[in-house]
Amino acid sequence: MLRYLVAQSGDEIFRRRALLKTIQRSGRLAFTLVEHAFDHAFGPRINPFYHLGALSFFFFWVVTASGIYLFIFFETSIEGAYRSVEYLTHEQWYLGSVARSLHRYASDAMVIVVLLHLAREFVLDRYRGVRWYAWITGVLLLWFLYASGIGGYWLVWDRLAQYIAVVTAEWFDWLPIFGEPMARNFLNNAAVSDRFFSLLSFLHIGIPLFLLLGMWIHILRISVAKTNPPRAIMIGTLLALTVLSALYPALSQGPADLDTVVSVVRPDWFYLALYPLIDVWSPGVAWGIAGGGTLLLMILPWLPRRREAAAAVVSLPNCNGCGRCFADCPYSAVIMLPRTDGLPYDSQASVNPDLCTACGICVGACPTATPFRRKTELIAGIDMPLLAIRTIREKTLTATTKLEGQDRVLVYGCQPGIDLTGLAQKGVGVLTLPCVAALTPSFIDFVITRHHADGVMLVGCAAGDCYHRLGVDWTEQRLAGQRDPYLRGRVPRERIATAWVAPSGAKRLTQALDAFRSRLRDMGPYQKGGSLPPPSASPSSNHGEVSDAAYRLG
Amino acid sequence: MLKKIMRYSGQGLFYGLFVSVIGYFSVAPAYVHFPADQALIKVSFSHAGQPLEECRVRTAEELEKLPPNMRVPVVCGRERSPVKFELELDGELLYRAELPPAGLSRDGASTVYQRFAVPAGRYRLRTRLNDSVRVPDFNYTQETDVTVVPGQVFVVDFNAHTGGFVFK
Ligand code: HEM
Ligand code: SF4
Ligand code: SF4
Repeated sequence: MLRYLVAQSGDEIFRRRALLKTIQRSGRLAFTLVEHAFDHAFGPRINPFYHLGALSFFFFWVVTASGIYLFIFFETSIEGAYRSVEYLTHEQWYLGSVARSLHRYASDAMVIVVLLHLAREFVLDRYRGVRWYAWITGVLLLWFLYASGIGGYWLVWDRLAQYIAVVTAEWFDWLPIFGEPMARNFLNNAAVSDRFFSLLSFLHIGIPLFLLLGMWIHILRISVAKTNPPRAIMIGTLLALTVLSALYPALSQGPADLDTVVSVVRPDWFYLALYPLIDVWSPGVAWGIAGGGTLLLMILPWLPRRREAAAAVVSLPNCNGCGRCFADCPYSAVIMLPRTDGLPYDSQASVNPDLCTACGICVGACPTATPFRRKTELIAGIDMPLLAIRTIREKTLTATTKLEGQDRVLVYGCQPGIDLTGLAQKGVGVLTLPCVAALTPSFIDFVITRHHADGVMLVGCAAGDCYHRLGVDWTEQRLAGQRDPYLRGRVPRERIATAWVAPSGAKRLTQALDAFRSRLRDMGPYQKGGSLPPPSASPSSNHGEVSDAAYRLG
Repeated sequence: MLKKIMRYSGQGLFYGLFVSVIGYFSVAPAYVHFPADQALIKVSFSHAGQPLEECRVRTAEELEKLPPNMRVPVVCGRERSPVKFELELDGELLYRAELPPAGLSRDGASTVYQRFAVPAGRYRLRTRLNDSVRVPDFNYTQETDVTVVPGQVFVVDFNAHTGGFVFK
């Protein structure tokens, strides 16, 4: 019986996983298609789809700034509210109306990017395992976001606000929490009070402040969170929203009058999509959708849960306490502690396995993870149990031994990125790492200067969209000598190529590889202290984002 | 050069699309919340029913047994009667309810909030309410002729202190 049950639940988990995979795969395909188009227009570095969380922050600030301006003129009384907003819209069309419209439209923009951000983290499977924290806090943010926006519409005290007031009250009255129905506050004009209205104004400042606090909590567990999108898309979106505000200003829908019933409303569907359901179906159903939806999102990271690969492990005898792993871990999983083993260093690294995604980026940062050390003693200060540095060294050698010709390339790829199995061929070896930044630059040195291959190609996620957040940035900075551990000067740069590719870039990756190999053939074999490359053979042609964007290093 | 123009126009296109979606869905499509030719009758009041049991005067012996600081001569039960309410329109029953008192010990007010959409026009409205289990019949009744115009909100409230039903 027990075995039957176990088998059953095993089946169940399997089915769930299969369903999940299907949803994720189709979602990913949809995102890939759209992002591909955006890559063409924006280039991968400023593709807005790679900065959805940061854009959410940006729109929040736009809403805040415009909101502060509106608040200067806003009157928090029932009579004054509508009047003051009308004043801003019509008398102060040059500034007040623009601020009002920006306030509205940036709030709408925030809903769009937040929902896309949610969907994207989901389809990329970045919501389970150690990331449950960002996911759960994100779900809570949705409530604060919606409460902020709906509260804002309420303050205008026009017909839409009246509709919102009455329906919200009826919706909350369904919950058995209020002694007296809240809807009694909006029975007719005589029933509304200035006091209730002041409370609303107060809430419309308080809830967004909690939203901000929540946004800060949301990114607490990752390091160097990108809370500012690239300047180009800040300017672009702000400009576009301002043009919209000027051409199509936000308007009120006539003064509220509780003695008559609202017949036709023009809701802001970004915030109020659920509202018609409250009266078409019932408050209970609407609660079921909102509450049930929230609950489902909340338990999603455990349906089924993802176990990360074994966490990074510190080997104290090999750790000199330099702190580079601490600086580079994208998930704040490494901390530096006072030295405990008597070695003459101040500190030592320590990994919190509950935060570690096994990306290996810390290993790529560790100066002790170098293949030049003798194989017998090759244990890095920090190492991945499933792919130890010694194994990477061995695999590097295996992948290169059979290569022939003058255009032998070893491709280091990353596991969450584009599938590289098709790339391996005569003259090309492939080694997949958890993240491209899990490789210390000394490996590149090793492969080229020891003649294991004629060139090294690093393949990672689309620039700006690194699955492990910072892998591409760190790799570029290491290659450019801007970040420890950097690539030694003796390594000829023209023998290194990088390709930051989205999953849709397979064909262009092949082209980039072919072009690289043809250049290697022209160069001939690597010679120690060999000729410096002529200036024209600048390495820029070796670095591709496999898009039309021009490459810029660092 | 051509490539640059293509890119910038691509970006412009996407920005345009983005703000068009925002501009459109921030006010459209319109939604009909309430049919334009109807009126709305809102029934809502909050009224505490009378105590379930009549207050009782304690006998002298009873008072004797109590500690001196608790010798209150009259005891009243806390529990209240449910409030029975009926609304008739042109002699037809539109709504009937027995509204329980709020609170764990059933000592709070009975409340109601109901909406009824009716075609605009003239109606004979009768409301009746009973707030005591010790009274067999309705102890408040009010009848009136009303004419409601499209979109009007007609409120049926109740306030015992001002003598019963309030129509607004
Ligand atoms: C006000 C709304 C939100 C804002 C401002 C926001 C902002 C951010 C930012 C800035 C990041 C870091 C991006 C990076 O540097 O890599 C992030 C990551 C993330 N967010 Fe949000 N977010 C919001 C809502 C949500 C929602 C609704 C969800 C999902 C339910 C969500 C789930 C996540 C996840 C899973 C990550 C990834 C963390 C990781 O890589 O470990 N966020 N968010
Ligand atoms: S493997 Fe990645 S997440 Fe884990 S400690 Fe190293 S850098 Fe941090
Ligand atoms: S990078 Fe390596 S040597 Fe430096 S602190 Fe981390 S584990 Fe120790």
